[in-house]
Amino acid sequence: MISANLSATFYLISGVLFILALRGLSSPETSRRGNFFGIIGMVIAITATFLSTGNFSSGFVYVLIFLIIGGLIGTFIAYKIPMTAMPELVAGFHSLVGLAAVFVAISAFLNPEAFNLGTQGNIKLGSLVEMSIGAVIGAITFSGSIIAFLKLQGIMSGAPITFKGQHPINALILISIIILTYLLCSTQSSNLFWILLGISFLIGFLLIIPIGGADMPVVISMLNSYSGWAAAGIGFTLENTALIITGALVGSSGAILSYIMCKGMNRSFFNVILGGFGATEQLSSTSSKEQRPVKSGNAEDAAFLMKNASSVIIVPGYGMAVAQAQHALREMVDTLKKNDIKVSYAIHPVAGRMPGHMNVLLAEANVPYDEVFELEEINNDFAHADVAYVIGANDVTNPAAKTDPQSPIYGMPVLDVEKCKSVLFVKRSLSPGYAGIDNDLFYRENTLMLFADAKKMTEEITKSFN
Amino acid sequence: MEIDPFIFRLSIFILSIFIGYYVVWSVTPSLHTPLMSVTNAISSVIIVGAIIAGLAGNSESIFNTSSIFGFLAISLAAINIFGGFLVTQRMLAMYKKKKKDK
Repeated sequence: MISANLSATFYLISGVLFILALRGLSSPETSRRGNFFGIIGMVIAITATFLSTGNFSSGFVYVLIFLIIGGLIGTFIAYKIPMTAMPELVAGFHSLVGLAAVFVAISAFLNPEAFNLGTQGNIKLGSLVEMSIGAVIGAITFSGSIIAFLKLQGIMSGAPITFKGQHPINALILISIIILTYLLCSTQSSNLFWILLGISFLIGFLLIIPIGGADMPVVISMLNSYSGWAAAGIGFTLENTALIITGALVGSSGAILSYIMCKGMNRSFFNVILGGFGATEQLSSTSSKEQRPVKSGNAEDAAFLMKNASSVIIVPGYGMAVAQAQHALREMVDTLKKNDIKVSYAIHPVAGRMPGHMNVLLAEANVPYDEVFELEEINNDFAHADVAYVIGANDVTNPAAKTDPQSPIYGMPVLDVEKCKSVLFVKRSLSPGYAGIDNDLFYRENTLMLFADAKKMTEEITKSFN
Repeated sequence: MEIDPFIFRLSIFILSIFIGYYVVWSVTPSLHTPLMSVTNAISSVIIVGAIIAGLAGNSESIFNTSSIFGFLAISLAAINIFGGFLVTQRMLAMYKKKKKDK
């Protein structure tokens, strides 16, 4: 058994290592070392916990057994999961952090002696408050992430689920959570504790169901943040520095990502969270849609255009992930490069279903990361490029965001695809994108629509090229 | 008058939020997905609480309601720790610079 001071020092060291783990992500070169720091930090924290309890007799074997079971499941998932399923995986992982926080809070509530928090029915007030906050946020993280997972996985429709009185009901539940927490802390009643957990799970479901599929980048980031705050809440209860530091890091990380995602859509955080986007707009656009001529072509036309180009910019979107077209895309790009055509990739901040989704898929397909550019870096290059190849993206290219103040996406930063000499648009149909608005780009003189599955079309272009 | 230890923990918490703020802004956008998976993994350091709960039972009753929740939490957190770090590793290994291979 080691002293409390020594174990606290170990926790501090692991906290610092976690900071270095995130710091490493500032560039791909240092990122792998960063991840390694994270692993070391975790090993130190777990070892310090074992040493500080000093209890290797009774439950130790079971702790190891459960640890190994979880570890094996985690390892299995990590190696089996396809890269396209990364958003679902992250949502699933968030739910586990949330549930783990809830379970730890329950343990501490039922057996406060083990955590030095007082005795049952007479838990230190401060600890009880911290514990309740951790448990509530953990429960919301859990149920919210489950909904996000189901929506991303496609088990549940990505369409927003709205009903009358939704917001008042949610507000009422949130207020009752605060009141219940207060009552719990003054009475220490275990019934209130369970009720509190129950309605926290409920509000997690209710908060996420009205949010549509394409807003998932914000939701995932937000839940990431919540899982951090839940961990911090438990960290305060356990008086554990490693948990407090980590909770704060993760909490602010998720918050920043949510902010970046919201900015990428030019929408306020509350606008996203209140949900319902994409459900109402649909009606207005379908009713006012007039038939306009579209130029459509086949793979040979596209290959011809690219053959005569000297530079091509690829604009991938969620459709590329759905069609799993990233490998076919890289093969096409390889062919282009062999013909001395300069190729770069333009990534919109909210392309895909989670922050950085497109970058991971392109990396998986062996696209070097220095060919992949963010919106600000590449937007001026469209004017000098010959061909833009838009594969599975839509709203993020819509010029209406710049010109039409009536458009629901007005003010959203978009890629200036229309400035290219010619635009190739791979899409299955003319249907509007997530925001439910028509894309003016489809009808432009310099746009050629390629109606097909993204992967098939890309493969055919490669074939026609040779 | 003595300072409540809570204030020290609060200070650590607040300062860590600031550290998180600056560190995360410096993360390159192309690594935002690994950022999420690694934050997932490190927030599972909550396993320390679960281990304490799991070890709290005495030799007569290794399994009581409290320790069972602790054991379950150990497994959940372990899934995240192993899954999170390994999937991050797998992703980061894919980020390569321009090289004419393949």
